[in-house]
Amino acid sequence: MRVKGAGPLAGPVRLSASAEGLLRELAPQVLGGLVRRYGQFEGCQDAVQEAVLAAAVRWPAEGVPGNPRGWLATVAARRLVDEMRSDRARRVRESAVAAEAAAEAAGADVRVPGDCDDTLVLLFLCCHPVLSAASRTALTLRAVGGLTTAEIARAFLVPEGTMAARISRAKQRIRAAGSTFALPEGADREERLRVVLQVLYLVFNEGYTASSGGALHRADLAGEAIRLTRMVHAQLPEDGEVCGLLALMLLTHARRGVRTCAAGELVPLAEQDRSRWDRGMVAEGMALAKAALAAPALGPYQVQAAIAATHADAATAAETDWVQVHGLYLVLERIAPNPVVTLNRAVALAEVEGPAAGLALLAGLDGDGRLAGHHRLAAVRAHLLERSGEPGAAYGWYREAARGTASVAEQRYLLGRASRVRPGP
Amino acid sequence: MKFLVGLHINPVVLEALTDEEKAAIGAGHGAFIEALKESGELITTLALVDPSQACVVSVREGGPVVTDGPFLEAKEFLGGFYLVDCEDKERAVALAARIPDAGIAGLGVEVRQVMFSDGPLEA
Repeated sequence: MRVKGAGPLAGPVRLSASAEGLLRELAPQVLGGLVRRYGQFEGCQDAVQEAVLAAAVRWPAEGVPGNPRGWLATVAARRLVDEMRSDRARRVRESAVAAEAAAEAAGADVRVPGDCDDTLVLLFLCCHPVLSAASRTALTLRAVGGLTTAEIARAFLVPEGTMAARISRAKQRIRAAGSTFALPEGADREERLRVVLQVLYLVFNEGYTASSGGALHRADLAGEAIRLTRMVHAQLPEDGEVCGLLALMLLTHARRGVRTCAAGELVPLAEQDRSRWDRGMVAEGMALAKAALAAPALGPYQVQAAIAATHADAATAAETDWVQVHGLYLVLERIAPNPVVTLNRAVALAEVEGPAAGLALLAGLDGDGRLAGHHRLAAVRAHLLERSGEPGAAYGWYREAARGTASVAEQRYLLGRASRVRPGP
Repeated sequence: MKFLVGLHINPVVLEALTDEEKAAIGAGHGAFIEALKESGELITTLALVDPSQACVVSVREGGPVVTDGPFLEAKEFLGGFYLVDCEDKERAVALAARIPDAGIAGLGVEVRQVMFSDGPLEA
């Protein structure tokens, strides 16, 4: 069973959206099962990829099989056996593998409990500590998200060869680290889960970084991050941080239609048309944010979700409960101290006590090396100076912030603000 | 994050090097390119012809005006670049430090983050 050169959308009949969704959900489960059984990440991934391609070609013509997961598992296992047969050094293992594959095929109709756990284990494996953040992200999207290397390369705007090398190296490093296909235990598991959440949030935010041309593909990344976080939440419903991250993503994603105007320029939260926020997504995010806060331990995603929920709760920007937002930033500052959090708190404080109080808080950040030259500090200072009735000073800081950003949309926005407050000739 | 690592060269400095030193530069770039390809951080790299071969194009009164020679007359000029996609600026700086030019006084290796990019990257 070899299908070469056929993309998922090749062939005379296209795969329906529901079948494509099904493939994306099943592929990591099948991969997880194969890796658990045979232990070779790379070979198993190739085998599953070929099975997915075979499905993409055959299902539209023959119809989706009654047991699609079993179908994929059988095809992938056969493919793996073919591959191992061609490898003389592995001859000894052949019969064992063939027997396993036959057993797999025979038992394919039974949905083994713990299939989703396999997807979770796979996700944990892709977020291995030996990898860089960029490699974790790429491997997660490839192995768990089921995106093709070409799709990931397009989303991150790098050549396919660059992305292929990165993914292949990531798999080699995981193998070299001697990883086993199992969830880490105890404190390691907790720590790895934090890394998993960080990777998912990175993917989500990548979808919102408009610093490159392919804005359309990048929006898909946010949707993919939500899908994967939903999966983790379904597996670990008790974890407040997972719940908080999902809430934060949904509450942020609900604004996607109005956070830029037709010309692609940024629209700040205060000026967004809230009637056009995705209400269904807001409602779901609000409920999750509330549930997350009920968890025994409080982490940064839960607090950020609570802040997003406070904003979502206000029908207009003027009705925002800034006292609560400020209080939540104080909590966040305590549990996850970071100058960017203090920067955000300065904005909230300015709303509660006036711009002078916000500016005073910013003054304390000037000496912080982690924020030195950060354009967000200049942007917030410009904004608060504008509100204090000092357009001349605001103009200079808006220009300073515009020089510092790496985002074209943000630069355009900041230069626009600058020209609004520009002092007369 | 994408960074352009610009190689600012000075022909006078390059000509003053011994043959061994020149060969070491070539070999150093070759090894650097291979290492970047393997780590999945190289997007592309280019070397440019001498600026004397450049021309400057402007449009005046609706028609193009072409002037032979570079836009800027300077001792140093952009000889080529590496376009890389790596973890952060710290990594980009560490990569730039491995370029042979960085070890030669009078040559400049400049790191700048990419702000916008578009178009097909496979050539």
